[in-house]
Amino acid sequence: MSLLRQQGPALAPSSPAPAEPLGVRAVGGKSGRRTSGLSARARHRGMGLLLIAPFTLLFLAFLVAPLAYAFWLSLRTSTLVGGDHFSWFANYKQTFTDPQFLSGVRRVVVFGVVQIPVMLVLALLGALIVDEVTSRLAKVFRMTLFMPYAVPAVIGALMWGFLYSPTFGPVNSLSHALGLGKVDLLSHGLMLTSLGNIVTWQWTGYNMIVLYAALQGLPREVYEAAKLDGAGQIQTALRIKIPMISSALVLTLMFTIIGTLQFFTEPRVLEPTASQVISPDYTPNLYAYNLAFQYSEFNYSAAISFSLGAVVFIGSYFFLFATRKRSGLK
Amino acid sequence: MTTAAAPVPAVAVPAPRRTSAVRGRVTVNAVMVAMILYFLLPFWWLVVAASKNNDALFSTAALWFHSPGSFFDNLQQLFTYNDGEYLRWMGNTAIYAGVSGVGATAVATLAGYAFAKYRFPGRNLLFSSLLGAIMVPATALAIPTYLLLSKVALTNTMWAVILPQLLNPFGVYLVRVYVQESLPDELLEAARMDGAGELRVLWSVALPTLKPALVTVLLFSMVGTWNNFFLPLVMLNNDKLFPLTVGLQSWYQGALIQSGANALFTLVIAGSLVAIIPLIVAFLLLQRYWRGGLTVGSLK
Repeated sequence: MSLLRQQGPALAPSSPAPAEPLGVRAVGGKSGRRTSGLSARARHRGMGLLLIAPFTLLFLAFLVAPLAYAFWLSLRTSTLVGGDHFSWFANYKQTFTDPQFLSGVRRVVVFGVVQIPVMLVLALLGALIVDEVTSRLAKVFRMTLFMPYAVPAVIGALMWGFLYSPTFGPVNSLSHALGLGKVDLLSHGLMLTSLGNIVTWQWTGYNMIVLYAALQGLPREVYEAAKLDGAGQIQTALRIKIPMISSALVLTLMFTIIGTLQFFTEPRVLEPTASQVISPDYTPNLYAYNLAFQYSEFNYSAAISFSLGAVVFIGSYFFLFATRKRSGLK
Repeated sequence: MTTAAAPVPAVAVPAPRRTSAVRGRVTVNAVMVAMILYFLLPFWWLVVAASKNNDALFSTAALWFHSPGSFFDNLQQLFTYNDGEYLRWMGNTAIYAGVSGVGATAVATLAGYAFAKYRFPGRNLLFSSLLGAIMVPATALAIPTYLLLSKVALTNTMWAVILPQLLNPFGVYLVRVYVQESLPDELLEAARMDGAGELRVLWSVALPTLKPALVTVLLFSMVGTWNNFFLPLVMLNNDKLFPLTVGLQSWYQGALIQSGANALFTLVIAGSLVAIIPLIVAFLLLQRYWRGGLTVGSLK
């Protein structure tokens, strides 16, 4: 997942204003002195095109072309008997009736419904605390929570995988000492919780920092006014701070949902430890990966990747639309 | 001598409220300490485990030191195992993160500046597609990109990992917002009046102003590449080209397959510790930049 993806608040401000008056006009205005208006305009066009060219090339090569190619592939079917042929939307029909794909989708939805609120509430709580408290402890708190963000997801999952291990992890000996008996955190019943713990550990601090940045941007006078009206700190937090950063909250929520639908790294790392529990179709993305690289079903894998991308894209578009008032996008 | 006479600033808080404030403070501090302990737990475990030899790893308490002398043995093994393949992965990771990070930042800077300050044909269309691109999930793109690159025989090369990450739509967006907010047209105009060419204006006037935004884009694209797993996993077969993430995961799998008493476990642990230190140090040192950068464009 892209790391910049969660910088939600930044998306909020200028639902891009229609082309501002640019240098073009200004230069044109005093053009008589140096060069004719037309050639200045042309020069600006040329500069714009020149500066944008590297981005445009990359955009075409690594976004448009792969999507187009995947779409083309997804419309074909390749079999030993029938060869490679055009099969229209057969792969998509299969995707949306494939019980393996659908159970993966259901799993990430269940996962997200629990994990996302837990994480965002923790992040919000942390942000409110560091916004209010300025002690040295609060500083340590802020840095500690953010540290997991700097850890590659693979290493986060490896560390927790060791901690969960029934043979030498501390969790088991702890539960044993408490008389709770054997707790297998890598079992069927607890796997989603264990994965949720890893993701929460990894991303809470990042979301906290984003929300904290939004809180820091609020005008302080409002708090003074609230205090004069007799609001305590908790009331100020609930009735003033949280509503005022709702746009940041909505956007962190959206980017977290996008991340959850792509869930891959953590289940993939724990897969060999718990192969009985994490099946090749555990999450949609893991399924697409395994179809392509274990079973060489590239056409079908392309259809699943494409569907997943489309669902995320359309979903986030509607989400932004539905919450446009809150998110500040017009 | 005595301070009794000194005027004590009156504290207007009535007693019951003061105790509730104290109680609130204690609660807040307790919450902070509990969360700090939870978030530090894996790091603590990693440091402890990296100091143990293979036997102690399996037989002693997981959260306390046992044979700290093994730490340097583990490091030595880590750097020499399989002809020093860990060092090679580290070098690869540095190349991937450095080249993609710098490249992505350069491309995003030029594009963001152009979007903010120039008019050119296709500008609006390109900008709306950019906003859409931010929402296209990266992992949904990885497999299609693999299929495409394998057509042109670029998979299993360093380019396959570097090139796709040069595209950073969010970075472009960030630079554009920052240019609009902090770089008035008048400033650029003044430079032009003084006879500076367009490139000179960009280099000597715009870039110095944009530094905080550029450091943010650079830091986050480098971390993005450093931590990336899915793309190199998909693109690379050849373990000589692996970055640390894919390499460590392959060691971990190897350790599990060969089961229990395998020295690879200590390597995975020491390797994880060594791999995360540079990033944590970078984040701590560059705090003021990325924290400033996060607020770029956030609501006023």
